[in-house]
Amino acid sequence: MKITDIIRFAFRASTGYPTRTLLMLLAMAIGVGSVVILSTLGEGARSYVVGQFSSLGTNLLIVLPGRSETVGGPPPLLGITPRDLTLDDAMALQRSSAIKYVAPIALGAAPASWGGREREVTILGSTPHLFQVRQLTMALGRFLPEGDASRAASVCVLGYKIKQELFGNASALGEPIRIGDRRFRVVGVLAKKGQSVGMDMGDVVIIPVASAQALFNSASLFRIMIEANDRDAIVRAKETVLRIIRERHDGDDDITVISQDAVLATFDRIFTALTLTVAGIAAISLAVAGILIMNVMLIAVSQRRAEVGLLKAIGAPGGQIMALFLAESAILSIIGAALGLLLAAAGTWILTQIFPDFPLIVPLWSLWAAVGVSVATGLVFGVLPARRAARLNPVLSLSRR
Amino acid sequence: MISLSRIRREFQVGDERVLALRDVDLTVDTGEYIAIMGPSGSGKSTLLNMIGLLDRPDSGTYLLEGEDMTTLNDKQQAALRRHKIGFVFQFFHLVPRMSAAENIELPMMLAGFEAGERKRRVHEALEAFGLTNRARHRPDQLSGGQRQRVAIARATIMQPHILLADEPTGNLDRVSGKDVIDILEALNQKNITLIMVTHDPELGRRAKRQIHMVDGRIDSDR
Repeated sequence: MKITDIIRFAFRASTGYPTRTLLMLLAMAIGVGSVVILSTLGEGARSYVVGQFSSLGTNLLIVLPGRSETVGGPPPLLGITPRDLTLDDAMALQRSSAIKYVAPIALGAAPASWGGREREVTILGSTPHLFQVRQLTMALGRFLPEGDASRAASVCVLGYKIKQELFGNASALGEPIRIGDRRFRVVGVLAKKGQSVGMDMGDVVIIPVASAQALFNSASLFRIMIEANDRDAIVRAKETVLRIIRERHDGDDDITVISQDAVLATFDRIFTALTLTVAGIAAISLAVAGILIMNVMLIAVSQRRAEVGLLKAIGAPGGQIMALFLAESAILSIIGAALGLLLAAAGTWILTQIFPDFPLIVPLWSLWAAVGVSVATGLVFGVLPARRAARLNPVLSLSRR
Repeated sequence: MISLSRIRREFQVGDERVLALRDVDLTVDTGEYIAIMGPSGSGKSTLLNMIGLLDRPDSGTYLLEGEDMTTLNDKQQAALRRHKIGFVFQFFHLVPRMSAAENIELPMMLAGFEAGERKRRVHEALEAFGLTNRARHRPDQLSGGQRQRVAIARATIMQPHILLADEPTGNLDRVSGKDVIDILEALNQKNITLIMVTHDPELGRRAKRQIHMVDGRIDSDR
């Protein structure tokens, strides 16, 4: 028997029973569609988070006050308040050859006003190097001026959103604004940039770190952001940071240094695992579709006993009958998979309409996996019914109507 | 041509073992016209299925054109059914989703014939059986007589040597039944061996050789 004839026969057989064929296609399509859509969502979430972390800057180290123990061991018996990170600590770090930029950060909130408008804003005190470390871009003017970090200059840089809210379309450059009880001159406005983990850079006012410390009357830093010379220098930079701070803090290891790469790698792993998990869960629906195919094919075999008997009587060996029924389940799963891909495309399109900012990337592997698994389940679950058909006793099958 | 010796076939029906064929001996020559008659359960259909290689004997030997059939595997038997044997059934057994022409084409499709050859033979068969204007009709759009003619066309499309008919008129009215018998007898005239199982004594009398079966044995053979 020719392969084209087998396919045509199987195709005609499946169109001969439209209801059960449609149901089967639907089950398969939902299975394939959900695998693709869920893995797309997982992959999107992964690239979203990774993208967010990358937008923080490259070769980044973050120094936090206090030691977060991740190696186990009992917590300290007496509550020890970690020693604060100070501006001098930050300046000391600048000596290391592995470190390119150091940006100390002091954080607080204060009301800012211009003209009649006032608003509570996040104040970020830092040095000019924040510009490089956070890879900021200016819309207007310039960033904080270079100079002695301990000098409390009365200048500020506005986030894009703050500028809009305080000034509207009026020019902000050179204007004095009031923050808390001090006056600052606006020297620049940041360009509009997306959200970046934890902090919306559009919604801050950046002032020199010494000014911020004076404003909040505190000598401590929120954290220190460091850019290492290059990727290879990250480890060395981290060791240097720990060593310098230990020296300055009387031999205590009371800071935590997070490297962005480590965080990124962790998130990458977590989200890949997550994607695979949801894809796996969706794959269960494929298995269910496979069982449905088996069920429906078993019914088809018993419905078509007489036909099978006849095929045997006119000279079809068992193998040929098996091929016919296997071809039928294969065709159904292939068409089902194709419909599933269409479903996934439609679903992805709808999602991009609803969440235009969310990066939806259909992972190529999920397409192959979904189609492969669906065809494989179709064939695997098609074997039992096909074998049953092939083994039917022709005399018995023909004797009943 | 067909030579059965000491053919035995047992069936398990519930707790009971039923002997459908008790050591049957039968020889059929090429071109014979045989009617197998007998009450229900006398084993006549089993005998027909045995000759048609749809059933295997529990013991005994079956030679078809000098070749031992009992030792052949499923595939070899299927090939013989395809090329040497044609079946006509009481209930026609046409594939319901296929047109008359496609039903007739089916054995050639299974045999892997070229499309051109298939088309030519189907065309000839449709003409020969007066079904040309029914070619595209599905079985449920055909009368009983037409259905049986399609079935006979299908059974003969591979030009078999033997035609086996199990109550071919059992589901037809008198006129179309007569029609079908005429066709079968005409085929027999062309030297196709015709073996027919029937209840109808009148039909049976038309055959040149009549075999009566009782309880799995050949009771008379004239």
